[in-house]
Amino acid sequence: MFERCVTDMYAIFQGIRGCKRSGMTAETKHLEVVLDTHVESVNLAEEMCIRVAEASGFGEDECYRIGMAVREGVINAFHYGNQEKPEKKIHLSIDLSTEQMVIHVMDEGKGFKLVDVPDPLAEENLLSTSGRGIFLMKAFMDEFDVVAGRTGGAEIIMAKKLPLPGSPATNGNNPASRTDAAPHQEA
Amino acid sequence: MIIMVDLSGRIALGEGSALLRKTIRDLLEGGNTRIILNLGDINYIDSSGIGELVSGFTAVRSRQGELKLLNLTKKVKDLLQITKLFTVFEVYTDEREAVLSFK
Repeated sequence: MFERCVTDMYAIFQGIRGCKRSGMTAETKHLEVVLDTHVESVNLAEEMCIRVAEASGFGEDECYRIGMAVREGVINAFHYGNQEKPEKKIHLSIDLSTEQMVIHVMDEGKGFKLVDVPDPLAEENLLSTSGRGIFLMKAFMDEFDVVAGRTGGAEIIMAKKLPLPGSPATNGNNPASRTDAAPHQEA
Repeated sequence: MIIMVDLSGRIALGEGSALLRKTIRDLLEGGNTRIILNLGDINYIDSSGIGELVSGFTAVRSRQGELKLLNLTKKVKDLLQITKLFTVFEVYTDEREAVLSFK
């Protein structure tokens, strides 16, 4: 059932081409899902974003990092933002352009500011049993920010640049990185 | 007595975290305070799993015991390194060496 759900959402993503939103090019693809505040949503979001990343050409290591960042973002929304209240929702969206994959995770909590998040690498926090999620998201993505979401909660925005054609970070799925897409390949 | 716990799969929210917590709690309640966690078959760990390892480490230490790690996979080792926990835990790659390290 879980597997089926992921596949269906990915099919929706594949079906949306040229979805134009404010500030986006005509080639930007957009996927948006609303998840329940449930622990299973963490796995669902992670799996969904990994599949999109794989289809976008990211290699195995980068897919792992993207999946981990999304997982941590949804854990943050589930636990800290929505405080595990089932009536609240988690809003996940992915914008995929020819240059980068941008992921938004928005909760319906009270919001927070990055400056208020304790540094997990500080000596006094090293043995803390929580508080490493934001750090991992920052470490695994190219860009990271937290803003006030339209729901009144926090909106995490993180981005990863698409791998360059031929780089070790690609798996060859990105159309721009395939040799058959390269112009005028001479024998 | 030294207890070796062989773990496999994922230590993550909703998956292995709760089981790891229960395992360590049960060991401590049984009076076992010298524990080695063999993570050789752990292929994934998230912040929840890291928190559970730290929680186990501090719970064992509070009973004057020792919790050590054995056989980290690359992903787990990388995570412990970037979170600066690699220097907090005693980590071994050899089982015999890990066992002999207990005082």
